Amino acid sequence: MAKNAMLIDTSKCIACRGCQVACKEWNDLRAGKTKMIPGTYQNPPAIAANTWTIVRYSEKSDDNGTRWLFRKEQCLHCDQASCVEVCPTGAMAKHYDEFVEVDQEWCIGCRYCVQACPFGAVQFDETTGTVKKCTLCIDRVLTGLEPACVKACPSGALSFGDREKLLTVARGRVDTLRARGSGSSGVYGKDELGGLKVIYILNGPPVAYGLAPNPQVATASLSSSWLSGLLATGVLASLPFWFLFRRKRELAAETQEVLPTTGGE
Amino acid sequence: MTNHWIDVKNADVILVFGSNAAENHPVSFGWVMDAVDKGAKLINVDPRFTRTSSVAHLYAPLRSGSDIAFIGGMINYVIQNKRYNEEYVVSYTNAATIVSADFKGPGDLDGLFVGYNEKNRAYDASKWQYQLEPEQPPPEGATTKPLRFPREDRTLQDSNCVFQLMKKHYSRYDPDTVSRITGTPKEVFLKVCELYASTGEPEKAGSIMYAMGQTQHTVGTQNVRALAILQLLLGNIGVAGGGVNALRGLFNVQGSTDMSLLSNMLPGYIGLPEQAKHPRLKDYIEKETPAVSYWNNKPAFFVSLLKAWWGNAATKENDFAYDFLPKGNGNYSWIPLFEAMHAGKINGLIVLGQNPAVSGADQSVVRAALGKLDWLVVSDLWETETMSFWKRPGVNPAQIRTEVFALPAAASVERSGSVTNSARWIMWRWKAIDPPGDAKPDLWMLDRLYKAIRKAYKDSTTPKDRPILDLNWSYGDGPEYDAVAKEVNGYDLSQGKLAPGFAALKADGTTSCGNWIYSGFYPDGNTNKAAGRDNKDPSGLGFHPGWGFAWPANRRILYNRCSTKPDGTPWNEKKKVIWWDANQKKWIGNDVPDFVPTKAPDAKRNPQALGLAALGGTDAFIMKTDGKGWTFAPAGIVDGPLPEHYEPLESPVGNALSQVNFNPASKVWRPDEVGKTDKFPIVGTTYRLSEHMQAGAMSRNLPWLAELMPELFVEIGTELASEKGIKSGDLVVVRTARGEVTGTALVTTRFKPFTIEGKIIHQIGIPWHFGYVGIITGDSANVLTPHVGDANTMMPEYKAFLCNVEKA
Repeated sequence: MAKNAMLIDTSKCIACRGCQVACKEWNDLRAGKTKMIPGTYQNPPAIAANTWTIVRYSEKSDDNGTRWLFRKEQCLHCDQASCVEVCPTGAMAKHYDEFVEVDQEWCIGCRYCVQACPFGAVQFDETTGTVKKCTLCIDRVLTGLEPACVKACPSGALSFGDREKLLTVARGRVDTLRARGSGSSGVYGKDELGGLKVIYILNGPPVAYGLAPNPQVATASLSSSWLSGLLATGVLASLPFWFLFRRKRELAAETQEVLPTTGGE
Repeated sequence: MTNHWIDVKNADVILVFGSNAAENHPVSFGWVMDAVDKGAKLINVDPRFTRTSSVAHLYAPLRSGSDIAFIGGMINYVIQNKRYNEEYVVSYTNAATIVSADFKGPGDLDGLFVGYNEKNRAYDASKWQYQLEPEQPPPEGATTKPLRFPREDRTLQDSNCVFQLMKKHYSRYDPDTVSRITGTPKEVFLKVCELYASTGEPEKAGSIMYAMGQTQHTVGTQNVRALAILQLLLGNIGVAGGGVNALRGLFNVQGSTDMSLLSNMLPGYIGLPEQAKHPRLKDYIEKETPAVSYWNNKPAFFVSLLKAWWGNAATKENDFAYDFLPKGNGNYSWIPLFEAMHAGKINGLIVLGQNPAVSGADQSVVRAALGKLDWLVVSDLWETETMSFWKRPGVNPAQIRTEVFALPAAASVERSGSVTNSARWIMWRWKAIDPPGDAKPDLWMLDRLYKAIRKAYKDSTTPKDRPILDLNWSYGDGPEYDAVAKEVNGYDLSQGKLAPGFAALKADGTTSCGNWIYSGFYPDGNTNKAAGRDNKDPSGLGFHPGWGFAWPANRRILYNRCSTKPDGTPWNEKKKVIWWDANQKKWIGNDVPDFVPTKAPDAKRNPQALGLAALGGTDAFIMKTDGKGWTFAPAGIVDGPLPEHYEPLESPVGNALSQVNFNPASKVWRPDEVGKTDKFPIVGTTYRLSEHMQAGAMSRNLPWLAELMPELFVEIGTELASEKGIKSGDLVVVRTARGEVTGTALVTTRFKPFTIEGKIIHQIGIPWHFGYVGIITGDSANVLTPHVGDANTMMPEYKAFLCNVEKA
């Protein structure tokens, strides 16, 4: 069955941040006590355990005029997901071969994934001792709904549906933007990291939006290096970790989950 | 809106001018994005680069308060370069009409129109009037003299025709002069002119979207009139994708205005009778009923309103209870109201759905005025600044004698009823959940209040108490929203049935109607058209006739007779609204015709008739006495028949066009509180943000919204900031002649200095949502704004004032 994806058209984003609020509402994430961030409307300042998506504001001004670029940041659900690669316990795993999710029961709070994520999309929650991130509203998508942020978006900047179809839309949109003179417009996420489940239409180069032009996947599983270090401290002390790490290999060997019918068109 | 939200998708060019639609109407802005998707161009003119500017194809900065210079310059461009739709202009506007030979304008009289009286700062408009056709004797068999229509020169050459007067007036607004006044770079201004003028082609449509950026000025009414003139010249009124579209700041601002929120209006824009001018019903009807136009039916609408309010107590013998109606004896709008309160002339105040202790201009006046009341009732969802003004920072509660009652109100989802949106659509809503605790709907509160008052007066035999005791108040114990809705729709009292529409209303007391423009939305006991949710759109143009009910008569585009050429065929076949069907001999189409349905395009005027029957087949503006769109306003406007640029009350420069700096018809309430450039060299403006709602009670109490914009900030351009040594994140103090506020500096390239008359002028901006109550608080920007208003509406000048900014 064809994979679904989310498309974020930054050229249509008006930075109203309805997506940020919808995300918090659906996922029951508390608001923080914030201060103005010097020089920007952006708030909360970054993705955090209780803030799974933010709109990033970048202001540029030169002889050609002023530009105010907005990009919705969130977990991009990479195909080659660094967080999954580095997770020693298998708590961070891909489900239905598409959704990168963290299993709160198995997360040991080692924060390797926080370090490994090239998009800063995974953050540690001090209160639970585990990491948190965007689920792409898997709970909604599996019941045929679109993600909460997509549902709330008023300007048409967010859409959810068949990945191939959205890529076609994205290519057409980029052609339009280029025809209007934005030569550096492009699609981000088609092939990056094996293909992202969240694809951007950028109205400028990735770097203008704070995105790495060529993100690299973190090196493979670190569980073996963990284990060798732990073994040096004694076999008994390592045993609980052995059970944790074994789970990851078992998960990998499990039969593929089959994605039920999804909606969101 | 003359048009409606969905119709914006039909535009070829959209000009957002004096509105930050993307931030303040983000949901509706989807229709703008749809138009852009289909190839429309989006222009944004604004003093600051906003989130609307960020998605615009063309952004033009202008100094706050210089809108008429800019729009006047666009009008000049359109006329000089012959970009107007000439056939439209000649047929549908008063451009061909010839004005009094004594008329003189600001170009002749150094900034003033003829008829100015300096002593009372008012105009006598007698020399702004049309010349009329010569008087004719009654035709054979008739007893009345024929009507005299205005003289016209349809070649537009007569030196006193409106077109020539307008051309001469706006020739002073050449691009260099415009640029000197507005600070807009000339080449950017010309790009806006060129792009927007492209909508003058007959098959093209341009939509103008405006909001408080146009109205909150001492020339606010004339700002909007200037936009209307531009649209009339380009043939953009009445067509799909056109219009002068006011974006209302709340879901029911339009509805409250329709229902007489304006202090000089009764429901349905019927002027409030004045005691001196209209002592009796007969005086009102004789003086306020024009012979020509649909307003010839005003007596029917007015008497039906009196019948709705006083029922059986309104009889022919007592002039339908005309004496019961409070008469206008002065100006009761916002500024005079708070000035009167400040002067101790008002004892009590009921505040529903408002927070004047944040939203009113010149807060030191507003907050002090509240302290002069004996009692104050405030109903709201949360504790507001207005309820708690007596314990605001810096005040000793012991010294305030006002007794304050706070009533918990039900939120919009906790009650039923209707709202009327910007598009004039009456939309029924159903209660979703019960209100919490003791919270009650506004209707419940008003019903209980009235019943308690009636009880208190029940034994009175004094005639002056009859208006209270005889009030027609029969909404049940609920009270029933449907009963109110039906009263608004009106009844045929002789049949005991609901009125089918306003055409059925009569002046003889046999009908009642609470608001004539709404009549027809509840035509029978089973049909509430406001509750209609049929999403069908047969034309594909977004009319959705079964979705809600658009007043008047479910008409989605006003003045839609202009959507066709004079001969009745559409200007644009692909976006046709209505058209003349010669076989059926009537107007048909995708919308309800805003015209007599059977009046042929070539019908002649009938000087022996009254009302609409007097007008001809191209007299498309049926509410006007000449049937024409008024590019020149001979009546109804107190500060001149053509918009003329004047500076705001507080301006960094003199008027480059004349010796008259400030709107000569605007009243200055507090001349001692006018700041000058010596102490206050910077232009200040106030505005809203996506993340907060109006005076803030609804958003500063919601943690998810509060965290997005947690504190008051002051937007300062990088040039000014470096001059003042201010960095982003520094605390800064903004001062005006009225007061000072402290906020966090946000240094940005989105504010740029203007070059005005060769001088560098800086502008800063402050959101006005903050106050001293709620989970996030901050100084209120309206501590800074002046108590001065538009000459016509008294709308305060929130958008342009002088200030200074320093590091705190």
